[in-house]
Amino acid sequence: MSRERRAKRDSRNERAVSDRGERSARSASSGKRVATDGGTDSDIERAIRETHPALIAYITAGDPTLEETKAYVEALDRGGADLIELGLPFSEPIAEGPTIQAAINRSLEAGTTPDSFFELVDGLDVEAPLLVMTYYNMILQYGSEPAVEPFVERAAAAGLAGIIVPDLPAEESEPLREACENHGLDLVFIVAPTTDGERLETIMSQVSGFAYVQARLGTTGARADVSGATHDSLARLSEYSVPKAVGFGVSEGDHAAEIVEAGADGVIVGSALVDLIAEADEPAAALEAKAEELKRGAMRGAEDVPEPEQP
Amino acid sequence: MSDSDRDNETSFGSYGGQYVPEALMPALEELEDAYERYVLENEDGFMDDFRARMREFGGRPTPLQRADRLSERYDREVYLKREDLVHGGAHKLNNALGQVLLAKYMGKERIIAETGAGQHGTATAMAAAHLDMPCEIYMGRTDVNRQRPNVYRMRMNGSDVNPVDTGRGTLKEAINATLRDWSKSVETTHYVIGSVVGPHPFPKMVRDFQSVIGTEAREQIQEQAGRLPDSVLACAGGGSNTMGTFHAFVPDEDVGLYAVEAGGSTLEIDEERGIAPNSATLSTGTDGVLHGAMTKLLQSGDGQIMESHSVSAGLDYAGVGPELSYLVDIGRVTPVSVGDEAALEAFHRLSRLEGIIPALESSHALGYLERAAGPAADSASGQGPRAEADEDLGDLVVVNVSGRGDKDLETVLEETEKRDLEAAPDVEVFDR
Ligand SMILES: Cc1ncc(COP(=O)(O)O)c(C=O)c1O
Repeated sequence: MSRERRAKRDSRNERAVSDRGERSARSASSGKRVATDGGTDSDIERAIRETHPALIAYITAGDPTLEETKAYVEALDRGGADLIELGLPFSEPIAEGPTIQAAINRSLEAGTTPDSFFELVDGLDVEAPLLVMTYYNMILQYGSEPAVEPFVERAAAAGLAGIIVPDLPAEESEPLREACENHGLDLVFIVAPTTDGERLETIMSQVSGFAYVQARLGTTGARADVSGATHDSLARLSEYSVPKAVGFGVSEGDHAAEIVEAGADGVIVGSALVDLIAEADEPAAALEAKAEELKRGAMRGAEDVPEPEQP
Repeated sequence: MSDSDRDNETSFGSYGGQYVPEALMPALEELEDAYERYVLENEDGFMDDFRARMREFGGRPTPLQRADRLSERYDREVYLKREDLVHGGAHKLNNALGQVLLAKYMGKERIIAETGAGQHGTATAMAAAHLDMPCEIYMGRTDVNRQRPNVYRMRMNGSDVNPVDTGRGTLKEAINATLRDWSKSVETTHYVIGSVVGPHPFPKMVRDFQSVIGTEAREQIQEQAGRLPDSVLACAGGGSNTMGTFHAFVPDEDVGLYAVEAGGSTLEIDEERGIAPNSATLSTGTDGVLHGAMTKLLQSGDGQIMESHSVSAGLDYAGVGPELSYLVDIGRVTPVSVGDEAALEAFHRLSRLEGIIPALESSHALGYLERAAGPAADSASGQGPRAEADEDLGDLVVVNVSGRGDKDLETVLEETEKRDLEAAPDVEVFDR
């Protein structure tokens, strides 16, 4: 990552840490509600708490080119995105709906590779912490032997704060979790509408940064409403202290408001932004405006939510 | 091999596992539980029901036939396991009927499946009609075009066929599309995966449903030839007919097991364009994760999955079952490959010599027999030391004929016209 960005982030972190006093161990942030609510060494978790309610924006890196992605990331940052997820394209995106599938195809056709992706991130200088979202095989194949360490090491060097892997359930995550811990990255897990009982416990004990609450079954893609499953999932998760962000189908400020009102700490928006990149006359301006709308929506939702009680 | 500890594991050495979106994990747990109870423990007489249906509806057991003219040609005893005689024309029904029946026992309301050649889709559509379940099949556009008769058969049986337009429109994209459907419909729907691929428990469960092939063949060969074979050959796409044939023989260490992959036009890979002009995953692939499992794959150095190629749609896949990757790594299964042209020759040869029109997939297994033991010296093909391969096959060989070739006639006519094949009849279309 650029030295400036790290410095910027570090100074912001210092502020956050001094506000809250002692840093507590990362594990404290992922378990059930603990005394030092919010004490964390996770950049992502801190960003969500500081900017609460957070807007998390996803776009596919390299769609349509890496040059343009740089401009789009800056636009989203200006518009109010508090965290930005960058998709590193994989040829078999099984969790993706048509919109993001098409973005991934455009990016692959433009020749995006893991190395060119990391070079893009090296050169980015934005306030919002960045995450990479990609499929497990891309992580495994980086470097000369199939292993997760080289990818995580390079991601850390580029200044990425976390990783999301849609095809990596908790059961298979140990190697990547260890590597992420070694390099100070968060590994974000997805909680699906079908996740409950023991599985939920397991996932919530392993998650760091935030829990990605999948709003509905199916693939990614912009929708016209907020699903009932969102409310159920947030209710099931209410006893966990790790921040919860809801994604899959969110496309408008009003959705963001409703989701935050239902108890989410953040909203994740992807396909609606990718649509703008594909269709808007001036994508950067459109992205900035959309981020503003979504952030405003989220904040409107937060006005109606009482401060969480201390246990 | 019913050591229950092994059966409960989710992997084969470092291969296998469950690399799927979280939304699908509860369904896999539910399936694991159903697999253990109904398939492994025969709860509610599930396996008895399955076997009875495979007998009455499916036409099992299939014969193990001595191929007289092949035996003469190759100067050894050659037996054919006739899976082409299973209802529907391929081994695929063994698995499809097992899974649709299991879905029924599990209380699922709907069936989805992917298909490559259309054989698995056809088998699933038949099983769904037989068991009165609504069924939707995803099929790549390229495959829809090259396997038309199968598209109609699926529809005749009341299934919907959804063409998939992404990528090259073959099996890989069909699996992606079916996984996407499943991630939305998982609570009511069972995904009948068509080969020994995908996340645990699919590779084991599909193998178990298919293992009837080898179990029968092993008994039949001992009865008919008085001993175990020296070698067993089966083609390998995802590897379900392969594992189904091999499973019973794996403990028989003196029996050579040959997985015959599609060599396509060449084994050389075009990294630049991300294309493998073959589907020889076991022979040339590297370890990675695709469609829920760690296995051998055709992929670029960056980890992008390559487009594969074979004249046979059913072998045209960049991955392979994790158990086969494992058995190859430990040296129990020998991967070999046969190219498009040799497979076409074998197709015509079996049709002419034995009166059996084999599927193009199965023709690859037969093509290996010719390459290793055929009368023409192999030096011409440059495919390796023939004498050694010949000796390894031994005097008593079983070849699995995984399916019949009616579905391939259009492709074969087209591909034969382009080439100067030795074994081909005159395929010129008659003038009107
Ligand atoms: C007749 C036949 N044999 C073989 C195959 C390859 O599948 P598998 O490798 O799973 O046996 C197919 C696939 O469609 C097929 O139709």
